[in-house]
Amino acid sequence: MRLSRRLFSIGGWLVTGFALAMLVLLMIWILAVVLVRGVGALSPELLTTVTQGNGGGLLNAIEGTGVLAVGTLMLAVPLGVGAGIYVSEWHFHRWAHAIRFLADVLVGVPSIVMGYFGYVTMVEGLGWSFSAAAGAIVLSIICLPYICRTTEFALRQVPTDLREAAYAMGAGDGRVILRVCVPVALPGILTGILLALAISVGETAPLLYTAGWSSYLWDGHLTHSPIAYLTYAIFTFINEPFASANALAYAAAFLVTALILVINILSRLIFDRARE
Amino acid sequence: MTFRTWLAIIAGMLPASLAAIVLFLALYCWPALEINGWGFVVRDTWNIGNAYADPVTIAGTQVQPGAEYGTLFLIVGTLLSTLIALLLAVPVGAGAAIFLAEAVRGRLRLWVSFFVELLAAIPSVVFGLWGYVVVIPFLAHHVFPLMSDLLGFIPFFDGPTGSGYGLLTAGIVLSMMIVPLITATFRDALVSQPPALREAATALGATRFETSIHVIVHGSVRVLIGASFLALGRAMGETMAVLMVSGNGLNYLPQNIYAPISTMAAFIASQLDSALQDPSGMAVRSLAEIALVLCLLSIAVNAGARLMLLFWARAGGAAQPI
Repeated sequence: MRLSRRLFSIGGWLVTGFALAMLVLLMIWILAVVLVRGVGALSPELLTTVTQGNGGGLLNAIEGTGVLAVGTLMLAVPLGVGAGIYVSEWHFHRWAHAIRFLADVLVGVPSIVMGYFGYVTMVEGLGWSFSAAAGAIVLSIICLPYICRTTEFALRQVPTDLREAAYAMGAGDGRVILRVCVPVALPGILTGILLALAISVGETAPLLYTAGWSSYLWDGHLTHSPIAYLTYAIFTFINEPFASANALAYAAAFLVTALILVINILSRLIFDRARE
Repeated sequence: MTFRTWLAIIAGMLPASLAAIVLFLALYCWPALEINGWGFVVRDTWNIGNAYADPVTIAGTQVQPGAEYGTLFLIVGTLLSTLIALLLAVPVGAGAAIFLAEAVRGRLRLWVSFFVELLAAIPSVVFGLWGYVVVIPFLAHHVFPLMSDLLGFIPFFDGPTGSGYGLLTAGIVLSMMIVPLITATFRDALVSQPPALREAATALGATRFETSIHVIVHGSVRVLIGASFLALGRAMGETMAVLMVSGNGLNYLPQNIYAPISTMAAFIASQLDSALQDPSGMAVRSLAEIALVLCLLSIAVNAGARLMLLFWARAGGAAQPI
């Protein structure tokens, strides 16, 4: 073999291998920064007290993120799974094609645009001011297409024989789908819901002008009352010139990143187990 | 109503949301659209005017005196940072995908892919934190001065290197955020190429890398192009990370690659507080106009990329070389 060909091959593997190594190292770098600084900043008081000025704790933000995530899932899961069922089970219809395509396009709409839409319509238009409801509704619109597409994907893996058998026994559409197909596809649907959970924990831009920020615990009002969330703490407190404020940002970054990693690993395990 | 009708209505929520976003933004920014005209995209001065003066009436709409809403610098900032991100992310993402698909096997491939693609799961604001705390000092003290010395003969690379906040930093951080999308999509396409192609190339005496490049990669180039457009759409709309590392340059076009910039998405996030000071409300409406433009641009890029991938997949699959 000519030397030039051999060199081309060796060089090619080196270059592509280097690209992969860079990505792996980058991931380790980011995780290391968040982990080391985050663990250094964590303390029991931080998890049990609320924010005060440039210090205090993150309890209000932890609670707020939880409230927003639960609200988002309550809205997005039924609608997203319903839409996914329709797109999968009636995939031969034009309407289903259009919805699948538009769901993909909706994924591409920037989250800050969603947030501004929420500001214009709910915060200003309906006069809700910064509130948990406005934040959760915007987040659920962002999550909707993801849940729809993963549900569709999971249902498409269900063998047609199963459906035919169920229909042959005299079951109607609803029974076939809800009692036969959905249980089989449940692991896949669950990964979509976990993805939505990760999004609602990790997003910042859509919440800036819908949820606002509050240094107090949530007062239980859905509207007219701003609510804290962890990602806001990262963004704001890292810019403050106080060590106590920076510690809040690092701790919040650690909590958010750790939670998202756990969610991702969990969803991967569910996915793998379902395939075996 | 039947079960199916119910589901069809629920599924209709998706297109309805998309339509509502465009419609309400358009309605809300309509007065701004009329006043700003084309100046919105060709002027590069954003000034909410004298917020304490009495509003003046122009064409039947109240505006603060001295107000001017030009966003050319945002459009340029968005395009340039996205371009830099793509220039960095496409080669690295494609290279990593080739190595993953062709040189790593079995469980190891699964786990390395999973680990690398976890980059996509890291929230934007955490990327911003990492950029702010680690990358900016590193670039400002070590990399940018060196680049200015070595590459200064290229027009856009010389001159003051600034504080580390700026166009190139934003591009670098953006590239890291979009790279997993490119790697994941391209790797899937490479892995799904028929094995017969590989066997044929090997039988002709090609080395493994030659087979990879000339046959497997060549047959998947379209997927790489489609994935790059999807990544472009994502980079355009990225907000938090850009907000934290771009320097938020206002009202001027970058003179070199290190200069502070802002993007449309980051600007919307950073300016609402000050726009709310405008008693005529025109500043908030002009921000909505930016959101509308960004939204339509993203929809166009995304729909284009999806259509491209769909059309190519239908026209014979990714296995067809160009």
